[in-house]
Amino acid sequence: MPYIPLEEHLPGITGLLEYRKDTAEPIRNLTQVLLRGPSTLSEAERELIATVVSNGNACRFCTNAHTAAADKLLGECDTTKAVKENISTAPVSEKMKSLLTIASQVQQSGKAVTEHSIQQAKQEGATDLEIHDTVLIAALFCLYNRYVDGLSTVTPTDPEFYHGLAMRIAKGYQRLPQGYDHLKKQ
Amino acid sequence: MAHIQLPEGLPGIRGPMAFRPETSKPLNELAEVLLRSENTLTRGERELIATYVSYLNDCFYCQNTHGGIAQHYLQCDISHIDSVKKDFESVNLSDKLKALLSIAASVQKGGKFVTPEQIEKAKSFGATDIEIHDTVLIAAAFCMFNRYVDGLGTWAPQGRNFYVERGPRRAAEGYAGLDLYK
Repeated sequence: MPYIPLEEHLPGITGLLEYRKDTAEPIRNLTQVLLRGPSTLSEAERELIATVVSNGNACRFCTNAHTAAADKLLGECDTTKAVKENISTAPVSEKMKSLLTIASQVQQSGKAVTEHSIQQAKQEGATDLEIHDTVLIAALFCLYNRYVDGLSTVTPTDPEFYHGLAMRIAKGYQRLPQGYDHLKKQ
Repeated sequence: MAHIQLPEGLPGIRGPMAFRPETSKPLNELAEVLLRSENTLTRGERELIATYVSYLNDCFYCQNTHGGIAQHYLQCDISHIDSVKKDFESVNLSDKLKALLSIAASVQKGGKFVTPEQIEKAKSFGATDIEIHDTVLIAAAFCMFNRYVDGLGTWAPQGRNFYVERGPRRAAEGYAGLDLYK
């Protein structure tokens, strides 16, 4: 049961973003820029960062949601499974491995990011902008994960829910102009 | 030295904000809504939550920046801010604010650390649903800001008076439309 009254048809983050739309707007805009805006990292790569950080924070709602989004963008489910188990053996580029390592360090603490992991990323061709965005995406998901779990929101267990959510967020993170009443159970 | 090449001369979060204006706009807008817009929690109380979480995350720049602003709003001295950090239970604050600071401290550790008992306690001292929501989100937001500032290895002026002197200006001008170079 959530700690505050949230709409039942909107579990996890979705109910929180409708509960307080004035704080939701900058959070949505930031997410849109970072995960869907122009970038030399693909949308799937950025979703992998979100997945790894949410998994590190043991936030099941966010992990399931961004795993589903990355799976949809990649067209397969093996990569998300592998990065959650072991970044170093996952089927991603060396540059992505180094960025996911930085993201995991940010998940622990800003101070946990090492000079070595930054140098590693630069050697593998990561640009300053890619490193910046990796750190900020990881930091943003430390916000999301705490927001979702700190208010004890509901985590659906039906994979179909996350499939539907992935279809929506693959298109973007802005609020739907018509709102979310259409998601109420018939 | 910062981990990436940031515009020179800008301390703390200002460097990465100047580096990437597209993300600094929503970041500042979020701070503005959470910390300054109309709310039954005072600006001083909200800045104190931000200061406390930044202290727990050991982020020197953020805890001193927001400590300086809180000090201005609360019209207290730096030792009062330090007492809150050290042991807020023993400080002269309202029971409601103490209950909210305890929730913020749990959020800093991880969302799952917040207990139903902490929420009940806050409600018993009169905290509203919105106040509980905003406390959790302010705490979560500073877990982001702190990681952004330290994760990129930014520099921070070491003298604490620097932040105390800047507090009134930030309080007056707010976060939205912040001129990073002033």
